[in-house]
Amino acid sequence: MPTISKEAIDEALKQWTGRITANIPAGDKLAVVGLISHGDVLAQRLITLLKESGVEALYGALDISLYRDDFDMLSHKPALRASYLPFSTDGMRIILVDDVIDTGRTVRAALNALFEYGRPARVELYTLVDRGGRELPIHPDVAAFTTPIDANVKVHLQEIDGTDDICY
Amino acid sequence: MKPRKDLLTIGDLSTEDVNTILDSATAMKDIFTKSVKKVPALKGKSVLTLFYEPSTRTRSSFEVAAHRLSADVTTFTVSTSSVVKGESVHDTIDTLMSMKMDYIIVRHKNSGIPAVIARHCKAAVINAGDGAHAHPSQAFLDAFTIREKYGTVAGKRVVIIGDILHSRVARSTSTILKRLGAEVAYMGPGPLVPPQAYTDIPRFTNWDDVFEWKPDVIYLLRVQNERIDTPFFPAKDYHQAFGVTDERLRRIDDLNLSIMHPGPVNRGVELCDAAMDYRNSLICNQVENGIAARMSILYHLTPQTQNND
Repeated sequence: MPTISKEAIDEALKQWTGRITANIPAGDKLAVVGLISHGDVLAQRLITLLKESGVEALYGALDISLYRDDFDMLSHKPALRASYLPFSTDGMRIILVDDVIDTGRTVRAALNALFEYGRPARVELYTLVDRGGRELPIHPDVAAFTTPIDANVKVHLQEIDGTDDICY
Repeated sequence: MKPRKDLLTIGDLSTEDVNTILDSATAMKDIFTKSVKKVPALKGKSVLTLFYEPSTRTRSSFEVAAHRLSADVTTFTVSTSSVVKGESVHDTIDTLMSMKMDYIIVRHKNSGIPAVIARHCKAAVINAGDGAHAHPSQAFLDAFTIREKYGTVAGKRVVIIGDILHSRVARSTSTILKRLGAEVAYMGPGPLVPPQAYTDIPRFTNWDDVFEWKPDVIYLLRVQNERIDTPFFPAKDYHQAFGVTDERLRRIDDLNLSIMHPGPVNRGVELCDAAMDYRNSLICNQVENGIAARMSILYHLTPQTQNND
């Protein structure tokens, strides 16, 4: 089973930091919003790295469960976690972060959720893994790794799973 | 939580289910702070409120909850419906099912009617109070309010005061609180506190014993004159014996206890006027949390109308 190492994940987050700080439009306030649960952990790491580069970013986390499009197909609903977005997104540059993008439906839900907190100036999407099984015209600005469409991708992060790696 | 169509009593739920619904209620409450106080989770779903008994806040609380989940809400008003013309509950249900309702919220003066309706339809049925039997959504909002105030329900002491015998609130709320590890006691007029039904719940008959028990929360029930043929006490005597008087309020304040009440409050009966403005009154929190708790209940139930496959 192929594995992506902790070092590779760390390196990817460093590259994201470089990319985000490379072109900061003047006057745009920056927020990093992660999708619960794993994207929020990545968002926190990214904010720490940005701070080390001298860039302040607000932190947000979104639980998209209430915005899913497959509600009728679920026999039981996942327990909700509170979204955390204690600021208006009006006019902000939002970096949306998740661990994996596949169909694009989660991101669709996340965009809907996000826009109920205001009208961001722009939204960029950063994911660790792109599984490529897109069902909607949604694509990440940056995906650190790509895996085959039929891969069973498991992203482990220290803060949740006790270890950092990606297996597929 | 396991798929569940109806919510009829707290006793039907596992402790895990109870905690899941409470956890999700926290997330629902977060929605109230957004500029758009609405989520699309139940978009396109129909919710019916079917109240055969008057309701001051439960009904509107459910309606607000359903609206915030983007459901369509229909209100079935009994006084203007065929029920007064003699239509049976079953026939009413057949009629309502033809309207393809996904959720039915029922209140009825007879215990067990919501369960009958639940058995006969595909909609998810929520018991919004049946006779003196159960009122599970009230139990959830009470548990949620205590958890929010103290961080946990476990180990807290809650004394429920008033007409325990006729109270579905006392029944459901003490069940959920005990399930979550709280200690519950009852206090009220002798004939209105059941002597044997709850042998494991301490019973007091006066305030001195209540204070000695060292409660964290004083939970007052509404005196339900409509449920008893002849009032046991005139209001003034009830207030002196079992209500929160100005003098008792000072003691409650000194001890930093919380006050709860399911509403609507009979001023000067259960609570003196000053108690309504008491700094540790959780009564308004209960109203707000009622919406979050009911959103969570609606979210977690699964109507059989959803299974299209």
